[in-house]
Amino acid sequence: MIRFDYVRPADVAGATQAAHVGAAPLPEVRFLAGGTNLIDLMKENVERPTTVVDINRLPLVKIEAAPGGGLRLGALVSNAETADNAEVKARYPLLASAILAGASPQLRNAATNGGNLNQRTRCYYFYDTGTPCNKREPGAGCGAIGGVNRIHAILGASSDCIATHPSDMCIALAALDAVVNVSGPDGERQIPIADYHRLPGNEPWRDNTLQQGELVTSIDLPAGDFSTHYTYLKLRDRLSYAFALVSVAVALNMKDGKLDDVRIAVGGVAHKPWRVPEAEALLNGQDATPELFRQAAARILDGAVGQGGNDFKIELARRAIARALAQAVAGKPQSHTDKRIA
Amino acid sequence: MNTTTTSPTSAGTTTIPISLEINGQQQLLQVEPFVTLLDLLRERLQLTGAKKGCDHGQCGACTVIVDGKRINSCLKLAVSLDGASVTTIEGLGSPTKLHPLQQAFIDHDAFQCGYCTPGQICSAKALIDEGRCTSREDVREWMSGNLCRCGAYTNITDAVMEVMEQGAKT
Repeated sequence: MIRFDYVRPADVAGATQAAHVGAAPLPEVRFLAGGTNLIDLMKENVERPTTVVDINRLPLVKIEAAPGGGLRLGALVSNAETADNAEVKARYPLLASAILAGASPQLRNAATNGGNLNQRTRCYYFYDTGTPCNKREPGAGCGAIGGVNRIHAILGASSDCIATHPSDMCIALAALDAVVNVSGPDGERQIPIADYHRLPGNEPWRDNTLQQGELVTSIDLPAGDFSTHYTYLKLRDRLSYAFALVSVAVALNMKDGKLDDVRIAVGGVAHKPWRVPEAEALLNGQDATPELFRQAAARILDGAVGQGGNDFKIELARRAIARALAQAVAGKPQSHTDKRIA
Repeated sequence: MNTTTTSPTSAGTTTIPISLEINGQQQLLQVEPFVTLLDLLRERLQLTGAKKGCDHGQCGACTVIVDGKRINSCLKLAVSLDGASVTTIEGLGSPTKLHPLQQAFIDHDAFQCGYCTPGQICSAKALIDEGRCTSREDVREWMSGNLCRCGAYTNITDAVMEVMEQGAKT
């Protein structure tokens, strides 16, 4: 592995200071939490930090009440502990389900909530330093366009990058309208999850809207009851321990027999969790019918473009959205043990 | 707690003192920042039970138990674990007194080449201690982080189920 300087600050201020030296912050500084993605990328020579700031001793390890009746997830709480938390399971089972659909028990034990937000794409070309990648090396080109692109984006891609965001957890966070709390050299701020990740555009090396030196401290789940009508439907090449080709998080309520407050977030299709408020608006106040679900799915996939190897994702996503809506309305969330799709 | 830091001019070659409890023994170690827990165990401490399969967190052969939780030791910097308690396959049983899972793996022929077995057993021990699984389907899902290239999955599941159903806290 590459050599680097190692810093282990004891508090948040120490961490953000270590990542922000004077007026010209060091671009090669990385925060280390669970390490499941960063250490791997360092072994691959994809990430080459000169300084690693180990944040594992920071006091960001609690799940507690958030202002307004929601729940605040500490950035350093592990994915496993979050999915196993009684409050999360009771009030936000969509989040628990999405977390448990991802990675392996070992990885979920090490991986943290903050790290999950910041994990990087699993695009093969991003990992393979022998191939061009604009995300890894700005200006180098994109190997995936015209290359092997079965796992790549069908929505929101650019001529510079067609990588997808890999997280399951973040797809549920998007449906739940989570808010990311960050701390940085200029103080603290809140970023709605919809604005946290970004599309590649002509700066594909920027996965999110964090500024240099900013650290995720916690994630707030707003109050709300989606404990009955929800599902996380994940479709992949293996039944376990694989990234999503397409995944769909749905949370909704039923009010006087009609659909209400419907949220649909789609994973595996874009550089960020994909939500289309106009599609959700089509559903609110309506009867739950297969035809309406198909219309909403079509609206979400408006503008979808295949790259050759991933053309199948457009129809797969269309059907997955309709199926997930039916599961959520029926109150029958997808099981991640019994893999049969209900 | 004081901030720990290496010299900015040292380019990561300075060692950092850490304390780890490994299989019940307290160890004071000087470790370079880039050393993973797996490399520390295998190359420094001659605990070669945990295996370097893929070295990328994909195969689970390096699985050990840290503070009661199973993790991939290949993806953890040893320095970040200062103060932790680590259990490896060497800490689970002995040649004269096998751990129930070790015996069950033998009884059920739950391996061929054996390379993944220490990771499988550490993972299975944690799985049983987690107390979440009740069915074969559960066990298969919650053992999915441990690959077996010989394809002994059916027998591995049999072995884990047997010990789990005996209800003995492992």
